[in-house]
Amino acid sequence: MQLQMNLVEEACKELYIRALKVLPDDIKAGIHRLDKTETDSRAQVVLKTMITNISVAEREDNLLCQDTGLPIYNVRIGSNVQFDGMELKAAIRKGCERATKEYPLRSSVVHPITRKNNHTSCGIDMPAIHIDFFDHAESVEIEMVPKGSGSENNSFLKMAIPADGINGVKQFVIESVVSAGGKTCPPTIVGVGIGGTSDQCVAMAKRAATRELGSSCSDEEGAKLEKELSAAVNQLGIGPQGLGGDGTAFAVQVELAHTHITMNPVAVNMQCHSARRARATFTPTGVRYGF
Amino acid sequence: MAHYNLPTPVSEEAIRKLRINDTVTLQNTLFGIRDATQIQMFDHSRKTRFDLNGHAVIHTAPNVRKVAVSKEFPAGYEPICIGTTTSDRMERFTRPLMTQNGVRMIVGKGGMREGSAQAFKDIGGVYLAIIGGTAALETTWIEQIEDVDMDDLNPESLWRFKIKDFGPLLVAMDSHGGSIYQEVKGEVARKKDAVLKSLGITS
Repeated sequence: MQLQMNLVEEACKELYIRALKVLPDDIKAGIHRLDKTETDSRAQVVLKTMITNISVAEREDNLLCQDTGLPIYNVRIGSNVQFDGMELKAAIRKGCERATKEYPLRSSVVHPITRKNNHTSCGIDMPAIHIDFFDHAESVEIEMVPKGSGSENNSFLKMAIPADGINGVKQFVIESVVSAGGKTCPPTIVGVGIGGTSDQCVAMAKRAATRELGSSCSDEEGAKLEKELSAAVNQLGIGPQGLGGDGTAFAVQVELAHTHITMNPVAVNMQCHSARRARATFTPTGVRYGF
Repeated sequence: MAHYNLPTPVSEEAIRKLRINDTVTLQNTLFGIRDATQIQMFDHSRKTRFDLNGHAVIHTAPNVRKVAVSKEFPAGYEPICIGTTTSDRMERFTRPLMTQNGVRMIVGKGGMREGSAQAFKDIGGVYLAIIGGTAALETTWIEQIEDVDMDDLNPESLWRFKIKDFGPLLVAMDSHGGSIYQEVKGEVARKKDAVLKSLGITS
């Protein structure tokens, strides 16, 4: 299969706008689930307002949240696909810029030192583009995640040591959630990365925070930890928007990698309740959109 | 837990009546303000031509479409999606915003800290919580972008919105030292120990 760059560009434009407008079904179900079990009356009002907002956005064909986020494109390439790598990156970038200018979306991207905004959502190494491979034949997937800053500003890494053990990891997760409080726009998905190198650890936390709700870590120990920590964080009482209540997080999700004998790194990255993502799948028959 | 309908601008007396857990619906005018706006105003002494005395500001940087100036779009901007951002980053600007510009209400999400609570108490101000991430809904409460100042900072310009039935908003910090965020913080600190214990962690 030859990957057509004009289709990639068009899809990358479309994905940014779609992601900002319609929440994936698993996230919608997550909010309803928390709403059903919430015991705090103030938190119930907050969750109901979030549910109303989802339907207003769909009815008015509007963006769910004003924060257009930092644009992230996750690409997965199957076998027997031909393309030029540099052209692929350029097409993704062009699609991102066109969504921003043509819709128009707020460009939330600035130079980190001058703070200058080009009003394109693009800049040095932005959008963030991650390229990986998977075992589907003649298939390419592009996932778009607009990552809001409220949740992204509360990202944490600790290079814990073996003597801290798994308890050190658990304690760090709880303390990160407490320290973030209402600033992350809870209920959140708490993404936890464990192991690897320091940069892998942070990247895994982000992957975990943007994974589909209801999915679990492919490692058995990681999956066990997800269950334990998911129950624990919702005992903290931070609640939706940090105004108190039961619904602090939809879930704690974990990704892990093997690490060094001397290391025990843990990272936390959170995704806000507007846990937006959109996906395009390219096959020889065309482009299909989903979450 | 009373509900107040507040046409802006408001007096100190009206603000002093508000207590945490009350709700407020704003009418007339709301100003949009953000990190860069306040960095310019208070770190670089830049003055706005807007009179913010007795007014409400929302921590925001909206999605807008540039259009021709008309009766419907007097500032040359059509609102697309307007919501709020995390207030905590702008903590150090609360007091100057109140003392230098006379602002009495801050609308935002996630709450503010002790410095803001003290400024609200000393000068007479409140923090009104709006639900973060519900901008599609909030946009329906905004009738028009009436005017814009410091637009070189776009989207972090100083915006003047014409609003109708903007709310209900929750009084989350009042002018009597009350703060829902402080209350929740205290409860969370107590619960945290039990949570850690349940995970087998004793410190």
